[in-house]
Amino acid sequence: MTARIHPLLGAFAILVFLFLLAPLVIIVGASLSDTTYLTFPPQGLTLRWFANIFEISAFRNTAITSFQVAILGTGLSLLIGIPAAYALNRYRVGLPKWLGTLFILPILVPEIVFGFSLLKTITIGLGLPVYPSLIIGHALLVLPYSVRVVGASLASFDFSVEEAAISLGCPPLKTFFTVVLPNIRAGVIAAFILAFITSINDVSISVFLTGPGISTLPIQILAHMEQFFDPTIASVSVLLMLVTVGVMAIVEMTLGLTFLTK
Amino acid sequence: MTVSLTIENLSAHYGQTQVLKDLSISVAAGELVSLLGSSGCGKTTTLRIVAGFLAPTSGHVKLGDRDLTTLPAHARDIGLVFQNYALFPHLTVMENVAFGLKQRGISSSDRAKRATAMLERVGLAPLADRLPAALSGGQKQRVALARALVIEPPLLMFDEPLSNLDAKLRVDMRVEIRQLQKANGTTSLYVTHDQEEAFSISDRVAIMNAGRIMQLDTPEVLYQKPANAFVARFVGFENLIPMKTVARDGVIVTAEAAGGARLHLSQDAFGPIKDDFVLATRPDGLVTRGTGEGIPATLGTRTYLGRAYQYKCETAAGEITANGALSEMFEPGATAVLVPLPEQCCILDPEN
Ligand SMILES: Nc1ncnc2c1ncn2[C@@H]1O[C@H](COP(=O)(O)OP(=O)(O)O)[C@@H](O)[C@H]1O
Ligand SMILES: [Mg+2]
Repeated sequence: MTARIHPLLGAFAILVFLFLLAPLVIIVGASLSDTTYLTFPPQGLTLRWFANIFEISAFRNTAITSFQVAILGTGLSLLIGIPAAYALNRYRVGLPKWLGTLFILPILVPEIVFGFSLLKTITIGLGLPVYPSLIIGHALLVLPYSVRVVGASLASFDFSVEEAAISLGCPPLKTFFTVVLPNIRAGVIAAFILAFITSINDVSISVFLTGPGISTLPIQILAHMEQFFDPTIASVSVLLMLVTVGVMAIVEMTLGLTFLTK
Repeated sequence: MTVSLTIENLSAHYGQTQVLKDLSISVAAGELVSLLGSSGCGKTTTLRIVAGFLAPTSGHVKLGDRDLTTLPAHARDIGLVFQNYALFPHLTVMENVAFGLKQRGISSSDRAKRATAMLERVGLAPLADRLPAALSGGQKQRVALARALVIEPPLLMFDEPLSNLDAKLRVDMRVEIRQLQKANGTTSLYVTHDQEEAFSISDRVAIMNAGRIMQLDTPEVLYQKPANAFVARFVGFENLIPMKTVARDGVIVTAEAAGGARLHLSQDAFGPIKDDFVLATRPDGLVTRGTGEGIPATLGTRTYLGRAYQYKCETAAGEITANGALSEMFEPGATAVLVPLPEQCCILDPEN
């Protein structure tokens, strides 16, 4: 027995998919064009714009920075987010409701406002150099994912299991690592991936926090575009997309994609 | 190693609400004592304080002569069995059972040996490599039992361990728990809201109400000689009839209920009888008769019980439920007398 789908609904779904996929097709096409300006459909086929990325040192350096910031920022957010999510779930009854909302504020506040306030507090207020500012800024940006996604798997964790371990002689901290953590592993990995992808694609926070000499890849793409309107932009975008798709593929193979939407 | 458990003058609060009120229980070495009471009366709270997950506002918990009150939970060495099993979902049956041994630094070969032996005792050795998700409720609770027993704790505690199982399994499991507990001689505290379960499994039962122990006694004493009105109602003495002594003649006391009905009661049967007392009976402790000495009643609804009829009766002392012989059936509205059977009644001090 298969579910019956209304023909109009089917047509609508196909339109939505086309709408979502069209820009990606155009970008891929444009990145292969043998012209010095961005155009679609591509005129002639070449991979030289991909080669060009690697010749421009700014792309190489910012890509490295982006990866470092994404990994360290995401790691930092989990370091804060996992204990926060644990406390919010474990002591749910005793805690005020707004405390949970506090941790998703970075999603609720307009990003441009959030970026500007980070600039005011971290870079100007604390006088931190660009690199640590970026890491702290990105950690705060992705903190909601850490807290919410880890929190979702803790919500279905039965805390009497933790008490069972303690009663069997396992001290509380050790219990967290040997009993709680293995049971929320999927949530932690999901949080890491969502946070990592958010961080590596971020523009609005980074635009405030990057400074002379240190930038991230998306910011470099913008900077490059202001000077050269050539297909390099398209080829970098394609590479960035491939990284995201690659990460998703790893998730799909190890855990199954459905657990991101669960 | 068997030791006694002593709970002394325990009080506990959640915020401003007091949930345990000066609660004292002692469990002798090797004894199984149940906490029996309706939901919310503080049974779990008591257990969690003994386990070390909650701190009491005042009072002490002692195991043998060791004071546990300030000891952290993981250092208390108490076996716990939970209502929802609380097995480690990511560990196999074998690893679940060996967990406590591992915390005690026991070598992996000894762990395997002891865990296997324990799994054999609960009949689960063939399932050693399964994950908990692949077990039935009864199997899960057996694993939980094995996991708690294998560390050979001086004290075992159970929090409604059978509530999630079906009726047939509940009876089998409680026999099994009792056998294991007796064989090991482990001092045990067992929480349940099921009277039959508590009475069948325990050496003694503590009946709890609103954070207090109402009576702690053997099932026989509780069932036949409740100490107060709460326990009497709890064990089925539905009728509590206030009486006043009007005359004494040797061991025979003549007492009067509201409305003037007189009864003669022997102090040989009931022990010393005070001037004011409450006569407590189950429905089958009152016989409904057409005439004779007893409490005059107007009969109401009749229910057929198979072995007898049961009547809701109106009397001057209030509504009373009484049984009557099958051979003598009364219609609703008939008048009759209710005759107490002394061996089925008990006498309560209204002060308690
Ligand atoms: N975490 C808590 N916060 C506030 N009140 C609680 C909490 N846990 C239990 N209570 C209250 O304490 C009383 C006793 O609870 P509990 O010991 O769990 O009862 P039982 O196990 O006998 O059903 C109940 O009235 C319950 O509502
Ligand atoms: Mg309870």
